[in-house]
Amino acid sequence: MSELTLTVMRLGFLAVLWLFVIVAVQVIRSDLFGTRVTQRGSRRGSSGAAAPSGGAGRQAAPPQQRQRRGAPTKLVVTEGTLTGTTVALQGQTISLGRAHDSTIVLDDDYASSRHARIYPDRDGQWIVEDLGSTNGTYLDRTRLTTPTPIPPGAPIRIGKTVIELRK
Amino acid sequence: MSVVTNTTTIGAIELPSRRNTELMLLGFAVVIPIFAYANVGLAIHGKLPPGMLVYGLGLALLAGVAHLVVRRFAKYADPLLLPLGILLNGLGLVLIWRLDQSERLQNLAKRAFGGFSESTPNQMLYTALGIALFSAVLLILKDHRTLQRFTYISMAGALVLLILPVIPGLGADVFGAKIWIRVAGFSIQPGEFAKIVIAVFFSGYLMVKRDALALASRRFMGLYLPRGRDLGPILVIWAMSLLILVFENDLGTSLLFFGMFVIMLYVATERTSWIVIGLLMSVAGAVVVGTTASHVKARVTAWLDPFACYSTSGACEQVGQSIMSFGSGGVLGAGWGQGNSDLIGFAANSDFIFSTVGEELGLTGVMAFLLLYGLIIERGARTALAARDPFGKLFAIGLSGAFAIQIFVVAGGVMGLIPLTGMTMPFLASGGSSVLANWALIGILIRISDTARRPAPAPAQSPDSEMTQVVRPS
Repeated sequence: MSELTLTVMRLGFLAVLWLFVIVAVQVIRSDLFGTRVTQRGSRRGSSGAAAPSGGAGRQAAPPQQRQRRGAPTKLVVTEGTLTGTTVALQGQTISLGRAHDSTIVLDDDYASSRHARIYPDRDGQWIVEDLGSTNGTYLDRTRLTTPTPIPPGAPIRIGKTVIELRK
Repeated sequence: MSVVTNTTTIGAIELPSRRNTELMLLGFAVVIPIFAYANVGLAIHGKLPPGMLVYGLGLALLAGVAHLVVRRFAKYADPLLLPLGILLNGLGLVLIWRLDQSERLQNLAKRAFGGFSESTPNQMLYTALGIALFSAVLLILKDHRTLQRFTYISMAGALVLLILPVIPGLGADVFGAKIWIRVAGFSIQPGEFAKIVIAVFFSGYLMVKRDALALASRRFMGLYLPRGRDLGPILVIWAMSLLILVFENDLGTSLLFFGMFVIMLYVATERTSWIVIGLLMSVAGAVVVGTTASHVKARVTAWLDPFACYSTSGACEQVGQSIMSFGSGGVLGAGWGQGNSDLIGFAANSDFIFSTVGEELGLTGVMAFLLLYGLIIERGARTALAARDPFGKLFAIGLSGAFAIQIFVVAGGVMGLIPLTGMTMPFLASGGSSVLANWALIGILIRISDTARRPAPAPAQSPDSEMTQVVRPS
């Protein structure tokens, strides 16, 4: 057997062995994280199974009607276990909490089952309202006591979860 | 909820069974050893080995059977454990076959025993038996919690298994260590099976006693010291492992049992003090026995400076040769079949098999092998985290902890990091008991991970379910 062939096989074997290790680690990686974003109302196949960090951003909001210019179009979770999740703002009320029927089901020890809701008023201004939660909802640094309009880019904090409205 | 359109719900991802991932990895895990086998044949004989087809098909068949059993009986099991086991076992077969081709070892065997017989066919048979045992575990053990009933029976069973090799007439003294028994022409290493059996006892026992061990303690210098009476069990296990060390001359087994107990004690109680106490006790025990027992003393001398006694002691020569194998392997290794690790002589294909990896695959290969083992351990620990019942948690962490200690002890021994102990590298080393026991271990881990990852049954949908909240524990 020529020296060259053996050298190529030697390096090739090591490469294949490491490839296996890397593939195995990839399998673990896909096992570690993951919440699924599913479409409610209109089920569009199972395309939502992708990891939230990259996949959820794809769900571009469909054309909007009757919305003010410069109004936020999506809600983004920026901290906490659901980081990276986005929900399109369509003029509907978004409920937040640990309850299963919430729009965003928070997996957060400090959240109440019906923690807060975010809804648009008649002018299309988004309002956040605390629903009598145990640990409170914070807009920027202040604890909410009444329904409050959300300024653009202000973080809403619920336990360890931080939510922002973005354009 | 009113009628909403285009709303998204975020929920925990529904666990896929991942059996197809496992199948893909299994295919990969069968191809790699075949590649290695061809490589050995080409390097040593200059042609493809004749048994390649049979060997490859055999390994593929075993992997296929194991996969089908998992698919049928443990659908949600971890997808990595089986392929990792198959890959390591397949590469172990190649390593043993490669050492079978060595003329030095053939001549050595002819001089010592008057004949040479290949170890590979036997090892292939043991692998088949191992897969059979693996399947039997999955078939019979429908729920690992049934083992909980056998807590104290398994304690007795493990003690019997550990004592067997010392019984005169039954035990066999091989190269100084009394860890084998001879039954009907077969030599069996009961310690390998005792490892699993005693894990059952430890998990059952600690599950019941952990509150007493964790909560009843005094704080002293930042450590939670347990009460004197709670030290009882750890003292008993310590004494037992010392007795193994003294009567069976086996450092590895005693380290394995004591280490496993300390790991499980720590996991059960979350008290760092147990680790400190355990380390102190094992150091004390090792020092006392290391300075008194002659067999252990020889090993320690060989560890401290193998080249000082290289020409006078066989143990030193083996360790020295092993260290030289790792050294001459370098970063990329000499290549399959082109090293001289057969100079180690006896036990080159069992205790010292990792030196062949070091020489022929180099540091790169050694790291890959250690990572493969590490992945098995990681999956075991992950299974323990995911398991819902305390018994399963402790059992999984005990088994993977024992696996980890065994690898540390063997790899550390052949590399000269710690004194050499007569233990086998799981799945790689030649020897039936080790292969059978480790396949049973993987089988149990797969069973626990199946239970842990199986999605909880969905609550029945009723028309007014939206008004009702489902309350689930944890």
